[in-house]
Amino acid sequence: MATRAARDLPTEEFILPGSRSCAACGLMLTYRHALKALDPGKTLVAVPASCMTVLHGVYPITPVKVTCINTPFAATAASASGLVAGLKAIKREDYTVVAFAGDGGTYDIGIQALSGALERGTNFMYVCYDNEGYMNTGTQRSSASPAAAVTSTTPILAKAQHKKDMIRIVEAHRIPYIATASPSFPLDLFDKVKTAKDIRGSRYLEVLAPCPPGWGFPNKDLIKMGKLTVECGIHVLYEIREGRLRLTSRSLVLAEKGRKKTIADYVKGQTRFKKISKDQIDALQQWTDQRWEEFLQRHNRG
Amino acid sequence: MADVRIITANEAAALAAKLCKVQVVAAYPITPQTPVTEDLAAMIESGELKSEYLTVESEHSAMASVVAASQVGARVFTATSANGLLYMHEMLHWAAGSRVPVVTACVNRGVGAPWTILNDQQDSIAQRDTGWIQLYCRNSQEVLDTIIQAYRIAEQVLIPVMVCYDGFILSHTSYPVEVPPQDDVDRYLPPLDGNLGIIGGGYMNVNPLILSEPRLDPNSDLRPGYMDIRYRLHEDLRKALDAIGQADKEFEAIFGRGWGGLIWEYGMVDAEHVLVSMGSLASECTLAADELRSQGLRAGVIAVRAYRPFPDAALSRALRKAKTVTVFEKDVSYGYLGALATDLRSALFDAGLTPKVCSFVAGLGGRDVRPEQLTRTAADAILKQPALGWIDLKGIA
Ligand SMILES: Cc1ncc(C[n+]2csc(CCOP(=O)(O)OP(=O)(O)O)c2C)c(N)n1
Ligand code: SF4
Repeated sequence: MATRAARDLPTEEFILPGSRSCAACGLMLTYRHALKALDPGKTLVAVPASCMTVLHGVYPITPVKVTCINTPFAATAASASGLVAGLKAIKREDYTVVAFAGDGGTYDIGIQALSGALERGTNFMYVCYDNEGYMNTGTQRSSASPAAAVTSTTPILAKAQHKKDMIRIVEAHRIPYIATASPSFPLDLFDKVKTAKDIRGSRYLEVLAPCPPGWGFPNKDLIKMGKLTVECGIHVLYEIREGRLRLTSRSLVLAEKGRKKTIADYVKGQTRFKKISKDQIDALQQWTDQRWEEFLQRHNRG
Repeated sequence: MADVRIITANEAAALAAKLCKVQVVAAYPITPQTPVTEDLAAMIESGELKSEYLTVESEHSAMASVVAASQVGARVFTATSANGLLYMHEMLHWAAGSRVPVVTACVNRGVGAPWTILNDQQDSIAQRDTGWIQLYCRNSQEVLDTIIQAYRIAEQVLIPVMVCYDGFILSHTSYPVEVPPQDDVDRYLPPLDGNLGIIGGGYMNVNPLILSEPRLDPNSDLRPGYMDIRYRLHEDLRKALDAIGQADKEFEAIFGRGWGGLIWEYGMVDAEHVLVSMGSLASECTLAADELRSQGLRAGVIAVRAYRPFPDAALSRALRKAKTVTVFEKDVSYGYLGALATDLRSALFDAGLTPKVCSFVAGLGGRDVRPEQLTRTAADAILKQPALGWIDLKGIA
């Protein structure tokens, strides 16, 4: 059963005041809702070098009520595999192992370990919070950054390439559950984490997590920005089970009613797109429309 | 009746892991370590050994996963060589910093470029400063016994242990090896209760970001900064010298064999001229020492078994009457001397001992080292000017 109203979400908070993430951090909000869907007392979270490390606090204080195993940047999925194997060996399979990594730690340096873990069918959940750049080190380009975004390593010409289609790579591993989510649609996010928790095998979730300092928009617009990513179709909410894709939440509504927001609307409020040209907007719109069509077709195929 | 088998050091290593009842193995194949991973896979698939086996996609992931499995309390094992060990480098530091009792076999091989699959010890020497305990073995029996001892040491001091043995020379050469009864191993090495508090405890942030200065925890207790925590690792590594010696003594009490603890000595009672080495080359040095004795030079041999922590006191004690110390080693600290010779000189200097110390780099990339060469080089070092250099260079005009 889908969760219908915010008041139906658990009220217990697992991220307490004192988190070191920025104000209005999309990742923090994602993690907050995800932890509510997990059973934090019976969860081990593997975290690579990233904003997550910082969010989890500085020794000897942590504001998060879950056991976090920090790992080197490239090792997230391998460390998670070790946790799963270790728990099995000591007969404590009542714990859920969840990896929580950024797009850099997933699309780039961690892709090898992730592919290995998925190929082995490791019984764990991997959440990629995608803030479209190396934010912890100061907004450098990642292979998840969108085309035409100015980052600190594409400072003058902006990024030339489109975002890597990571989910297609993940899908090629034929794992039982893949889903996308957004912190601006917390019920959908909550339900997907909950669903993933109860599935055996490798589960992959990707959450587009807006980042005010990295994208260049005011803190007050966090939720609005997350909604806009879905409204314009650059981020699509769906889940893929056993190869079948189903649109969910707002994306499902948009599939029925049509999209009204454009890429031009989306890029307007973000300073990272300050150099975007008309042609680049068209190209990004075309890229978005093409993907949208693909998702629609798959959704309709059932 | 003792169970004596004609096996390679690789087979001995896999058998040792099995005798230690490891619970999680993760490994990635590389020559000359490969047979270890294959043997363990067969033992686990056949049900002979009850363990998880992670066929990871790289050595970085192999070490990452055994560190994590160790953090939840499983006894773990991995093995590698050369470029595989180098690929683990980041994770080796992480393992030591995490204070997990991981045991790794390093089947020593030269590192590229250019490619070589043959033996030297540059791979493990290059990991010297990662905070691991490093033990070097002279033969296959010592490999089997040392891996069993390694768990005992690691689980006592919570520092990972690397057991090093020479590729091909030991890894692929069959010798008689006595396989100890399981009961004796169980007595020597009780099951691990290694859970670092992660399971069943409260909430933890393991290996978090840390500041340079101490900070108060929520109970207002002062907690150390990064440097203080790192000092603790260093201090515990120094203290592990005792644990390594003790583990070997207790091993001898149960199994009737010891390996000298920190250093192994041959003909040292009256030796004036000492050949110092590590691994199988130290065994070969005994042939040279015998030959030197027949030429009237009172020679002995020391094998450095524990290279980290460095047994400076044991070495200074053993070398207090030495006139010449000739170090033969299969590694070099590029731009200076062999790593062992450098450390040994420093230890002797601190002890106020001033024998002639000669550093020789030998056998890199599998180049054969013959006993006659060792004899000749050592005799030159003893009788002529202090010599430094690489022995048996060829074809470079
Ligand atoms: C091997 C290695 N290379 C580089 C770094 C430096 N580093 C730390 S976090 C980070 C970026 C992380 O980016 P991402 O995974 O997208 O997470 P985010 O910071 O955006 O949360 C980098 C490059 C590192 N810690 N380790
Ligand atoms: S930089 Fe972005 S992702 Fe990182 S903590 Fe700040 S808002 Fe969150």
